[in-house]
Amino acid sequence: MCGIVGLFLKDRSLEPQLGALLSEMLITMTDRGPDSAGIAIYGSPESGRAKVTIQSASPKADFDGLDRDLGKAGVPATVKVKSTHAVIEVDSLRLDDVRLVLSEIRPNVRVMGSGDSIEIYKETGLPKDVVSRFDVRAMSGSHGIGHTRMATESAVTTLGAHPFSTGADQCLVHNGSLSNHNNLRRVLVREGMSFETQNDSEVAAAYLTSKMADGNDLGEALKSALDDLDGFFTFVVGTKSGFGVVRDPIACKPAVMAETDQYVAFGSEYRALVNLPGIENARVWEPEPATVYFWEHDKAA
Amino acid sequence: MSYHNPYTPPRKSATFDDYTLAEIRRAAATGIYDIRGAGTKRKVPHFDDLLFLGASISRYPLEGYREKCDTSVVLGTRFAKKPIQLKTPITIAGMSFGALSGNAKEALGRGATIAGTSTTTGDGGMTDEERGHSQTLVYQYLPSRYGMNPKDLRRADAIEIVVGQGAKPGGGGMLLGQKISDRVAEMRTLPKGIDQRSACRHPDWTGPDDLEIKIMELREITDWEKPIYVKVGGARPYYDTALAVKSGADVVVLDGMQGGTAATQDVFIENVGMPTLACIRPAVQALQDLRMHRQVQLIVSGGIRSGADVAKALALGADAVAIGTAALVALGDNDPHWEKEYQALGTTAGAYDDWHEGRDPAGITTQDPELSKRLDPVTAGRRLANYLKVMTLEAQTIARACGKNHLHNLEPEDLCALTMEAAAMAQIPLAGTNWYPGKGNF
Amino acid sequence: MPVFDLSTMPLRELNSALHALTAGSNDTEFKVINPRGSHAVAVGVDAPVSVQIKGSVGYYCAGMNDGGAITVHGSAGPGVAENMMSGTVIIEGDASQYAGATGRGGLLVIKGNAASRCGISMKGIDIVVHGSIGHMSAFMGQSGHLVVLGDAGDALGDSLYEAKLFVRGTVKSLGSDCIEKEMRAEHLAKLSEILQRAGITGVRPEEFKRYGSARKLYNFNIDNAEAY
Repeated sequence: MCGIVGLFLKDRSLEPQLGALLSEMLITMTDRGPDSAGIAIYGSPESGRAKVTIQSASPKADFDGLDRDLGKAGVPATVKVKSTHAVIEVDSLRLDDVRLVLSEIRPNVRVMGSGDSIEIYKETGLPKDVVSRFDVRAMSGSHGIGHTRMATESAVTTLGAHPFSTGADQCLVHNGSLSNHNNLRRVLVREGMSFETQNDSEVAAAYLTSKMADGNDLGEALKSALDDLDGFFTFVVGTKSGFGVVRDPIACKPAVMAETDQYVAFGSEYRALVNLPGIENARVWEPEPATVYFWEHDKAA
Repeated sequence: MSYHNPYTPPRKSATFDDYTLAEIRRAAATGIYDIRGAGTKRKVPHFDDLLFLGASISRYPLEGYREKCDTSVVLGTRFAKKPIQLKTPITIAGMSFGALSGNAKEALGRGATIAGTSTTTGDGGMTDEERGHSQTLVYQYLPSRYGMNPKDLRRADAIEIVVGQGAKPGGGGMLLGQKISDRVAEMRTLPKGIDQRSACRHPDWTGPDDLEIKIMELREITDWEKPIYVKVGGARPYYDTALAVKSGADVVVLDGMQGGTAATQDVFIENVGMPTLACIRPAVQALQDLRMHRQVQLIVSGGIRSGADVAKALALGADAVAIGTAALVALGDNDPHWEKEYQALGTTAGAYDDWHEGRDPAGITTQDPELSKRLDPVTAGRRLANYLKVMTLEAQTIARACGKNHLHNLEPEDLCALTMEAAAMAQIPLAGTNWYPGKGNF
Repeated sequence: MPVFDLSTMPLRELNSALHALTAGSNDTEFKVINPRGSHAVAVGVDAPVSVQIKGSVGYYCAGMNDGGAITVHGSAGPGVAENMMSGTVIIEGDASQYAGATGRGGLLVIKGNAASRCGISMKGIDIVVHGSIGHMSAFMGQSGHLVVLGDAGDALGDSLYEAKLFVRGTVKSLGSDCIEKEMRAEHLAKLSEILQRAGITGVRPEEFKRYGSARKLYNFNIDNAEAY
């Protein structure tokens, strides 16, 4: 039960402001989810380099000397620390090695997400505190998704916060409550996926990852989610270059979208959108039930 | 001696017992599921399976009738400008005008007022009789919104947002056409004589994030004066309690599966929901985890019959209880006095549950003017007041025996459990041990 | 004319000022600026006051309005004018889901489109939508009129009681127990009266089709079970 925001920029000149705009949107949604907050930002990918966002309960112990230890283990990397999170940058061919080495040299560190451009930050606490703790306002990027959480049936923990990332450069946020996630989780586990939480939304994220691993694009994966996921949901999902929105067929959970020449924006409530530039003249609408909305950077503009 | 074949008596199935067989035949003949009133009739673990330990040497009891044992309770202390003060923690649960006759509603108001407690409207709105005779009246805000209007919202003493009830968590209602009289039809904006279908979800909000905004609207409309209760059926009490609190409720009302209803499918009443006993500890745990225990009050209902039940519910962590079925019995429902007429309806006093049909010989669950006249609201109100006072005294007696100067000081540690089931559900050690099954989990 | 700037004043101040109005009060025109999607703006109004809201509002704007004339110069979030008793609410832009939910009386005019569940459980309110309405509109509608100049989404009038629905455009699908009904003289007269009250000209009642309850669910019959 939650507040969702999302911003997909069409106008590249806005990119330096992405973090600041998204932060304000997120903070406006505090009432809908005071338990925890999270944000995923897609920055400009650097050719041949990949990023892994990690989190630690004891950042000092885990992050001090991490770049050196990774180098010693044969994976040269740079490490950028932000509070309880750190972003490791490596050669994209070494992405799987980083995860492997990390589990050996830093077993208590959790991987929040990885890919060419995604960085994920999430923590318990109020959105405003989470935003300032990770200095989200200063971040630039092409698109981003944020979430404020009012936990329903799973724990208020860092891992229980959204966004959930279950595949490279993929992330999902959810407002609502699924009713068949236990069964679906068992199916996905049988298919070899692993889960970090008891959260229904993580099941949705993993479901989409599994569909995309089968060769579907995000739009197709979202379409099949409409058949396979039961319950109430509004999802906003991100991929490296795409941004998608889908609501369940009953569509009780709120959703408002706005589009201008400069951006596509999503908010659980209109309040989240009021600070966006040019909102007065934006096309504002509510996404239809059981309808997949999907934007790609290559096709936008 | 000649050999006789031993006689094997005919054996009936335990699975297909006489009642089950009759129900299959009834469904086949009528093509409609059984709709009835009241709560579950099956036996479930209940307060009977808990006992108080009492005081002796390690603890000191209070003198009955002399040393003070307070029974008062204040509800709605979190946000409301005007919290509700009651003399006893036993309140009257929501029951609608429509399900009940006007005289029955008046009697509930009279009885509750004499005893110093509150009564509650139901699905169908507030009547003038009820408002006039109830010193403290809680106004239910239901999915159907029958009879809902801002004037009544403002003349209520508290607002109860009903999300669900113990007899049917997740279900709506069905009031058969017989009870939609002219007055009921007018109050509910329905044609007379049709089946009234009640929605299972609120028309304009879903889930706790929307509920928070709905509560804010109701507070704004009533200028932040009235306590706002949220009532849920006992199903996932930990989460539902926590979410009601996060949404901004002043009071959580938790109704276990023994809670009654005016009319729902029998299959729903008997097969959906959790026993009241199993609901309380998780709900209290949720309040404690949020540091809101006693800040947000918890009212427990569903099968409360005596002062012992009241004391046990409070010891497990509730702040107050609500009674529905027991209050109707106190008024005269199912009284053997009407046995002949119950038999004419094919039932017997004590088993009558066709509350939705409107033919109640006791004049309580009916809209028939002749039958309604049988209930004198003054005497019936007096009976209810007596009953409420007896229950309060009973609870006090037990609390004193446990050395408490206030009912709210009863604790889980004052109890032991008679059965493994009750021990597990109430997280109370089995009598004579310091152990209960599933410790630390629910 | 009192002006309430919601970017600097708490909502409580606006609503308590509206509730403090008594008969014969001099302040009969309120202006609200910078609502910025706030919830519960001008709720529980029970005096014949005019409230002009300059901008878009969040949930439950004008909720339970009883006699006020409230105009939103922008769009409205979920549940606008929910449970309205009397008076007028006008939305210059679009309305989100549940517009006019459970309304008992008065007139709600939406000049743009309304989202899903417009007029859900309506109990006497008249709703006029210039644009189109979303799915599940007038679900369990008991009484009142829903007039739509544009199109209606899926499952219009599902489980309808006696609310009357008039749609000028197309209806994507009808809900359970909702059927198209004959437009008789009294319906044309009523429709024309509502259009006039809503200030709509250039649209003739004859351009609409009428939808209402088939009344098959009024008394339970097992052979209608699929419809429940």
